[in-house]
Amino acid sequence: MARFAARRLLGMVAVLFAVSVLTFLIFNVIPSSDPAQRMAGKTATPQLIANITEEWGFDDPLPQQYLTMMEKVFSGDLISYEGREDVDERIVEGIPATFSLCLGAVVIWMFFGVLFGYLSAVRSGGILDRALTVLAITGLSIPIFLIGEVFLVYLTYKTEILPSGGYVEFGESPLEWAEHLVLPWVTLAIVYIGIYSRILRANMLDAMNEDHVRTARAKGLRERHVMTRHVMRNSLVPIVTLLGLDVGALLGGAIVVEAIFSLNGIGEYAYISLINTDLPPIMAIVLFGAFFIVLFNALVDIAYAYLDPRVKLGESAQ
Amino acid sequence: MSSVGASTLLSVRDLRVGFATEGGLLQAVDGVSFDLAAGEVLAVVGESGSGKSVTAQTLLGLTRSPNARIAGSVRLGGTELLDADDATLHGIRGDRMAMVFQDPMTSFNPVYRIGAQIVEAIRAHRPETSKGAAREQAVELLGSVGIPEPERRVDAYPYELSGGMRQRAMIAMALALDPEVLIADEPTTALDVTVQAQILRLLEQLNRERGLATILITHDLGVVAETADRVLVMYAGRVVEQGTLEEIFYDPQHPYTWGLLGSLTRLDRERPERLPQIGGAPPSLIDLPAGCSFRPRCPHAFGRCEELPGLDARLPDAPGHLDRCWLDPETKRGGRPQ
Repeated sequence: MARFAARRLLGMVAVLFAVSVLTFLIFNVIPSSDPAQRMAGKTATPQLIANITEEWGFDDPLPQQYLTMMEKVFSGDLISYEGREDVDERIVEGIPATFSLCLGAVVIWMFFGVLFGYLSAVRSGGILDRALTVLAITGLSIPIFLIGEVFLVYLTYKTEILPSGGYVEFGESPLEWAEHLVLPWVTLAIVYIGIYSRILRANMLDAMNEDHVRTARAKGLRERHVMTRHVMRNSLVPIVTLLGLDVGALLGGAIVVEAIFSLNGIGEYAYISLINTDLPPIMAIVLFGAFFIVLFNALVDIAYAYLDPRVKLGESAQ
Repeated sequence: MSSVGASTLLSVRDLRVGFATEGGLLQAVDGVSFDLAAGEVLAVVGESGSGKSVTAQTLLGLTRSPNARIAGSVRLGGTELLDADDATLHGIRGDRMAMVFQDPMTSFNPVYRIGAQIVEAIRAHRPETSKGAAREQAVELLGSVGIPEPERRVDAYPYELSGGMRQRAMIAMALALDPEVLIADEPTTALDVTVQAQILRLLEQLNRERGLATILITHDLGVVAETADRVLVMYAGRVVEQGTLEEIFYDPQHPYTWGLLGSLTRLDRERPERLPQIGGAPPSLIDLPAGCSFRPRCPHAFGRCEELPGLDARLPDAPGHLDRCWLDPETKRGGRPQ
């Protein structure tokens, strides 16, 4: 376990380094992005621009600029170009909304993904299976931004069944928290429900032909018990792998959903910063996201060892 | 043979199992009948595709599926199993009739401990048994089939045991509810030769000590020679010969049985250049030849073989020795290889 942790930690440092360098380089090669010019405003004098450039170190050599920025990211001194906000503070403020969104979406998609996948597999070839297949493919094919906008138009503007956006703290009112989040949750979850139910169905159909399933039946276990304890249980390993990867990378989906429903979380902050080509918050958010991707990858490996006793941590790469 | 005696435990009559495939109906088992007496070891012998495993699995209802066409009768005690509802079937599987499979590597669920899988079987039938008590039973069972350090092995995962140990554990699980009938479907095929002998000895011992009636499915007549009381030889879904072990080994009547016996390696004979084999391949079960199905491969086939011979006693001195062959018994005694 210690060796596993050490190796993963080392891996994380490497990934964060690579991601930050790439992000930094991309922002230095895209055109018309002289931040000093934009910070100084439209009526700026050359002197003002020169001062800002000097003050922010925009004419330092690139490696120097990179190091300065990294130092600021990790010491919490990072200031955005646009509006000169404290970036880390702004991210911390956005955490509750983004985490609420992601957590709820994961719960919804795991519940329905596993339920639909299980039902399709058990009733494979039947009407229910076919209906769920159509549903899953439909969910998979409609882009998130379209689903979100359609929900907004029909469930909030036209019928006013649900609030049209914004975020309410859970501590303030749990009911309003849920009311504001239910559409974003569903919007974010739909694609994943489709993917997960299809994958679980395929895995279960494979697992049903395993010899040990026949053994389970020969022991006199009831069919439902055979399906849940033996077929589904053994089919969850790839689902957990996917879950780890998807949760880690969920910030990508959150950017779109938060922008549609104005949740004012990290995703929406990322969206605004991208539009403004505002490097400091983008750098911080990219690192924040990459951190979770690496973290969840490690969690997947730990879950693997739990789900499949043949997997031993720390030995896989030997 | 056809009368159901007082000691008859399991009685199979005219069992037919077909599977609807895209190529047509695959008749895997075509009119198999036999009785299993308490305490008896019945060997079912045949090549791959002879229908022996399908017969075995059908006894427990394991071949039921939308494509399966199952007819005939399987009675355990007074209970008809072929059209039994799920609840009846669940009650019988594992409890009165248990099964051991060919490959112990894949027949355990890899993600649960051996003990947990035995406990699961016990508690499926005796839900009132506490987990702790069931676990103690599991330890005892593992010990009784010759697994050393059972209290440690009970917590092992299947992959942590050797093939032979795993098959012992499989047998322990099958014994968990003290069944009346044990069906062993090629229980030694996936094992090393030395381990094979150990497992056979174990099965024999269980039969002797517990009076456990056993159906031993195998393609290996060597296995049969060591353990069986009676032998059923199957070919292309039908029984082609049946009799006691002595009858089948010392006075085989069907040319297919001669072929099977001929391909045994024997230590008491000079080793041949090359082991004799039965020419040709088993026929397609979708499109069986008319008459005797062994006819295309049989060196002794003659005109009458175009008509299917019944499974009848053809020897005046052995009323229990049945076969499906038109050849005259005297001709056969002269013509078969010794």
